[in-house]
Amino acid sequence: MIKLALSDEILMKIDKPARYIGNELNSVKKRPETVSIRFVMCFPDVYEIGMSHLGIQILYDMFNKRQDVWCERVYSPWPDLHKIMKEEEIPLFSLESQEPVKNSDFLGITLQYEMCYTNVLQILDLSGIPLSACERGENDPIVIGGGPCAYNPEPIAEFFDLFYIGEGETSYDALFDLYKEKKRHGASRIEFLRAAAGIPGIYVPSLYAVSYRADGTIDSFRPLYEDVPSIVQKQVVTDMTDAVYPEKPIVPFLKATQDRVVLEIQRGCIRGCRFCQAGMIYRPTREKSTERLKELAVQMLKSTGHEEISLSSLSSSDYTQLKELVNFLIEECRERRVNISLPSLRIDAFSLDVMSKVQDVRKSSLTFAPEAGSQRLRDVINKGLTEESILNGAKMAFSGGWNKVKFYFMLGLPTETAEDMRAIADLANAAAALYYETVPKENRNGKCQITVSTSFFVPKPFTPFQWAGMYPPKEYINRAKVVNDSIHAQLNRKSIKYNWHEADVTVLEGILARGDRKVGQAIRRVYEKGGIFDAWSEFFCYERWLDAFAECGIDPDFYTLRERDPEEIFPWDFIDAGVTKEFLLREWKNAMQASVSPNCRMRCMGCGANKYGGGVCFEDKN
Amino acid sequence: MKIRIKFRKYGVMKFIGHLDMMRYFQKAMRRAEIDICYSEGFSPHQIMSFAAPLGVGITSDGEYFDIEAGHSQSTACAIKMLNDTMVEGVEITGYVRLPDHAKPAMSVVAAADYTLSFREGVNPPALKSEFAAALNRFFTEQTEVLITKKTKRSEKTMDLKKLVYDFHMEGTETQPIFYLNLSTGSQDNLKPELAVAALFSDMGISFPSDSLMIHRLDVYAVSENGRDFVSLLDMGSVIE
Ligand code: SF4
Repeated sequence: MIKLALSDEILMKIDKPARYIGNELNSVKKRPETVSIRFVMCFPDVYEIGMSHLGIQILYDMFNKRQDVWCERVYSPWPDLHKIMKEEEIPLFSLESQEPVKNSDFLGITLQYEMCYTNVLQILDLSGIPLSACERGENDPIVIGGGPCAYNPEPIAEFFDLFYIGEGETSYDALFDLYKEKKRHGASRIEFLRAAAGIPGIYVPSLYAVSYRADGTIDSFRPLYEDVPSIVQKQVVTDMTDAVYPEKPIVPFLKATQDRVVLEIQRGCIRGCRFCQAGMIYRPTREKSTERLKELAVQMLKSTGHEEISLSSLSSSDYTQLKELVNFLIEECRERRVNISLPSLRIDAFSLDVMSKVQDVRKSSLTFAPEAGSQRLRDVINKGLTEESILNGAKMAFSGGWNKVKFYFMLGLPTETAEDMRAIADLANAAAALYYETVPKENRNGKCQITVSTSFFVPKPFTPFQWAGMYPPKEYINRAKVVNDSIHAQLNRKSIKYNWHEADVTVLEGILARGDRKVGQAIRRVYEKGGIFDAWSEFFCYERWLDAFAECGIDPDFYTLRERDPEEIFPWDFIDAGVTKEFLLREWKNAMQASVSPNCRMRCMGCGANKYGGGVCFEDKN
Repeated sequence: MKIRIKFRKYGVMKFIGHLDMMRYFQKAMRRAEIDICYSEGFSPHQIMSFAAPLGVGITSDGEYFDIEAGHSQSTACAIKMLNDTMVEGVEITGYVRLPDHAKPAMSVVAAADYTLSFREGVNPPALKSEFAAALNRFFTEQTEVLITKKTKRSEKTMDLKKLVYDFHMEGTETQPIFYLNLSTGSQDNLKPELAVAALFSDMGISFPSDSLMIHRLDVYAVSENGRDFVSLLDMGSVIE
């Protein structure tokens, strides 16, 4: 049996030692001498979060299907172990082989949210890999970033040797083949990176130079050499049905956030909500065939033994064969005593019927995500949901026996006024009133419980709102207060509960999401000051970030408060994400006029993503 | 029908806690397609109960849980099906049918035996013969050995003579191993390291308890005659 990297003494004194021992069912062990590439895949957060991430499971499976690659995993050591590893100088290790990460050929880090950036530095530091890519030597792993935050990699560009822009399924084979070839010929790290820049989707930050104007915006962004492409093309899997998918996903011992089979039914979203980055960068929408999904569901349930299966997609209701798929799953899962969870379903007659079959109506709650309280603001964000349809859905739900309803909204959206904020409270009140109207006293299961949650909006690259200004930090909490006060003024206030998020972290996400290369030094400062696990409110320290910005001479307001000029060169403009800047700008202007755009199935808006030659753009044309 | 399953837990699996082991086996039952029965309701649970939870860091040759099954394959077949889907560090070693009136494992557990040995790289503070002599003086020749067990809320005085059924030395002169058979279960639960710590302190040895490796050998119930112990596995019969 394998020798663990950590001693029994250490494992016995830290929290949840199971995070660090590997050995999970379906994890892959290979003999090192049989492979030519060692890849360590990292999710820079705690094990239970990282293990729940579908993307890593897909790539882990795909990489390990290659005989010449051994892909392993690593997650962020929790602060208790972090401290011990620093004190005792224990190098960070991968779970499968328990060997130092530093000995691998590649370290791939998935970037799912901005607040994990200090954890990226933690991973590099504990591994003994120089933080700056330019300080790394021939024996250091090639550090790759990927995932949604790689669509603006600039704030963390100096820490990565390369970024993979888009879906991993397409270009990794070419990258591995190139690496093997270069290694065979004894090529240097720099030679490899230079050649890798030629692979579609690969961005090598060190091969580009940025210059700035006096006002701090970008003047030019250019490759240093002629053979390095000036535009990096987002990678897309055209055929989802035949794409690789893990039939035997890893089953953790610890209860991960996603302790279930996850069935990805489609990628992308037809809706075009203007705040939503996922809805833009995963265009075009591509479905997996129902036949393939049925097969996968059965295989994965068998190979994992999970007691629950969940559909994964941005908007499951838009999957064209949803009825057939769900009916199949209900049948199959009843026999196997497996629970079904159906997130992201629009509330309508069909979904209510399905949900009444798969969950306990009296205990469960239904979710609506109007995102904005007033019709005007919903038009601005292109959330094609009317008050009538929301209340209609609520009414059906109440008649069906539900009395718990959750509403999700965003605050701090562009053009938002106090009236829009108060409309949130009005909508919640109207829903509560509807309950008492719809359900006769004798049928009521107590009071209805309306939960209103608001998060603060952060403008993201490659969305129509990438030009939008944010608000000063204090303004966010004020907005939550407006909502809170007006909920307390409602007739049905006793049936409404209101939750809101902290505002400090919103401002930081704003800086990191649309930051440029200058921001990188501040991230490093924060790490040097002891900042890790910033995505966790108990570890996040706003002052530490403010101090770091001040020390580095960075003005946070430059990144947050400014509404961008249509002419401005964005740090992420060198990426072609499929959606064109012209389309996004058109949509930004439509937003300012509160003009609604149709979804991809109603009418094509010419976003540019049809150049990938697949998905919804060609649905009627074959 | 009632089935009792016995397994070994070794290697890195000793770091997987009791609750996670339960979840592990719930999934394993599905993978091995064991015809386990479920409770009623919207989220049905498997009918499964464990005998005696094992602490994190302890390995074992004798862990047990009982299940209720609709029907069953032969013992040999079921063991194979289960072992085909185990991770390294968990091995199914027994699968027997219990009489229908059998009480759940948890409620019949009366004793368990353990070995405690020194971790690799740790120098034992005394030779086996020295420990044996001390043990005689401290335990075997006494009629009462009182120790205090501290918990978060209280201090409790216990008589080792009533709780420890066998305490002797094994291993070699330079690598001594402590063998203990002691009371286990809901009423008089004694941790083996407490008994060994009491011996150490009687010998005037101060020794960190984490330099000992604890291994459970088996778990027992009181036999029908009320005098002997019987291994939990022997309470059922092999399915042909
Ligand atoms: S090209 Fe048209 S159909 Fe295709 S994703 Fe863009 S808007 Fe939708």
